[in-house]
Amino acid sequence: MALVTAMRRLAQVSLREFSRRSTAVPWGAFHTAERSFTTGAQPLRSDKVTVHFINRDGEKITVKASPGDSLLDVVINEDLDFDGFGACEGTLACSTCHLIFDEEMYKKLGPVTDEEMDMLDLAYGLTETSRLGCQICLTKSLEGMVARVPESVADIRQTKDGSA
Amino acid sequence: IGWSGKAFLSTSCCPKVCIVGSGPAGFYTAQHLIKARQDVEVDIYERLPVPFGLVRFGVAPDHPEVKNVINTFTQTAKHSRCSFYGNVNVGKDVTVGELQQAYHAVVLSYGAEGNRRVGVPGEDLRGVYSAKDFVGWYNGLPSCRELSPDLSCETAVILGQGNVALDVARILLSPLDTLKKTDITQPALEALAESQVRKVLIVGRRGPMQVACTIKELREMVNLPGTRPEMVAADFEGVPEALKDLPRPRKRLTELLMKTAVEIPGDKELERRKNATKIWGFRFYRSPTEIFADPSHSRTAGIRLAVNRLEGSGERAQAVLTGEVEDVSCGLVISSIGYKSLPIDPSVPFDPRRAIVPNSVGRIHQAAGLYCSGWLKTGPTGVIATTMNNSFDTARSLLEDVDSGTLDISTGKPGSQIVSMLLEERGVKPVTFSDWEKIDSLEMRKGEACGKPREKLLTVEEMLKVART
Repeated sequence: MALVTAMRRLAQVSLREFSRRSTAVPWGAFHTAERSFTTGAQPLRSDKVTVHFINRDGEKITVKASPGDSLLDVVINEDLDFDGFGACEGTLACSTCHLIFDEEMYKKLGPVTDEEMDMLDLAYGLTETSRLGCQICLTKSLEGMVARVPESVADIRQTKDGSA
Repeated sequence: IGWSGKAFLSTSCCPKVCIVGSGPAGFYTAQHLIKARQDVEVDIYERLPVPFGLVRFGVAPDHPEVKNVINTFTQTAKHSRCSFYGNVNVGKDVTVGELQQAYHAVVLSYGAEGNRRVGVPGEDLRGVYSAKDFVGWYNGLPSCRELSPDLSCETAVILGQGNVALDVARILLSPLDTLKKTDITQPALEALAESQVRKVLIVGRRGPMQVACTIKELREMVNLPGTRPEMVAADFEGVPEALKDLPRPRKRLTELLMKTAVEIPGDKELERRKNATKIWGFRFYRSPTEIFADPSHSRTAGIRLAVNRLEGSGERAQAVLTGEVEDVSCGLVISSIGYKSLPIDPSVPFDPRRAIVPNSVGRIHQAAGLYCSGWLKTGPTGVIATTMNNSFDTARSLLEDVDSGTLDISTGKPGSQIVSMLLEERGVKPVTFSDWEKIDSLEMRKGEACGKPREKLLTVEEMLKVART
């Protein structure tokens, strides 16, 4: 139910600076990345979960995220530049946060609700190990997960003269 | 006014692109262009004073999450290299040719404002409406304000089985308490409060495995409070056997449809259905041949449906007439068989058979510097995400052409400077994005007063009045 997602997000928002979340869509180069680089004593970030994304160009991007974050939250917070990702802002009203996992990781992600399945069914390039990123919440047991961002359309690029 | 040879203030060689239409196609095209190059400037022209196209006027009032994309569009509109010009009618206030002279490239993203006609006698009777107009009416599209659909009958027949057909069925049968909390217009709410419609048939030419709707919308009908399904079990002959070969999305959809139509439910659901006061159902293998008038009122009293059988299977199955007919009494017929694009400027190539602008990956044929995105490019199907990808593709084509030199950006273009002059001369005053924000704030304030996300302004005059304050 979208309500579950909304409530989950509400709980998460209160744990983070709200300003980074107020514009919910990743703009990549547009957002001035508000990362602070500190030196000296830092508490060990052992509570973080490492997530690897493979983008549409096949490049691997590694980030650290907090347990409880959804994968959509991670993409937004880390300003990962996936075109059109998360259009409905995590409300189960689109399929643009479609991610593909390997079989082993997919099994760890747990059961899929009918609601998620309904939207996933519309995703381009649907596989047996596809999920919607807005519905996957990180836990320590998912440490090192790899999530592939699939193509969002058939590559129907034609030659300039119009022939297929 | 001739401007060739005159020097303009900004003769910098940043590419200037003009986009016609401010729905998802227009905004996603703009978004992609602005992101791809730091020097691209994009101007979006929109006929109405308000932006967002079908996100505002097409998406059902009870689907507010789908409208979240407006937040992304707003970000784009407020970007320093993007400008919105509402209340500008391209084709009338300024021609596409004039835009092509003012900009390096013009992208047509004005969608599909017409509808496919059923093409049967009686289609113009009172009580018969296109889904495009009905949806426009309950969503506050100014041109549909006077529709005043007659809801004083018991049975409504919807022709077509796509998501728009299901939206119409759901709005006709939803409990008023649900609708009251949405941004559905006040007049529509009042009309629905008086509605006597209790039974809605959703009619399609082919069978259960060819329905064009998607499972989320079907599930909403199945779970609609106060309603129960009523379908013809015989329509599902052969379906169970065919299920195993279907791809997962079609399989799940068909399973849900069949379960709803054929299975005897558990006690709780039986009880719920017993207490339901409204009925809905799909009717398959039926094509309309005539809509009858009620002699004393010259409004519709019924519809004749030809009975079909299928030849072939799957997506490509064809409906073939059997010679049998069936008459259904009804006072409301809503045809939901597709939107249709219209040509807005004679200088732009247009394919009247497919009702699209002929193009290859968004490059309009035989028209340098002219592109298209959205439904105008591919035809009127697909959800917002489909249009998003479609628009990104067009943007990519445009950028490729800049890189290859096919699109010449070596000379500066005046862009909005010259267009603003033309418009002023012609007595047209554009609505800026901050003008829209005044309309937006007012609508939200009015909505708050009655527990709705917004109370939409219903006329262009009212919108302009607020925009000018």
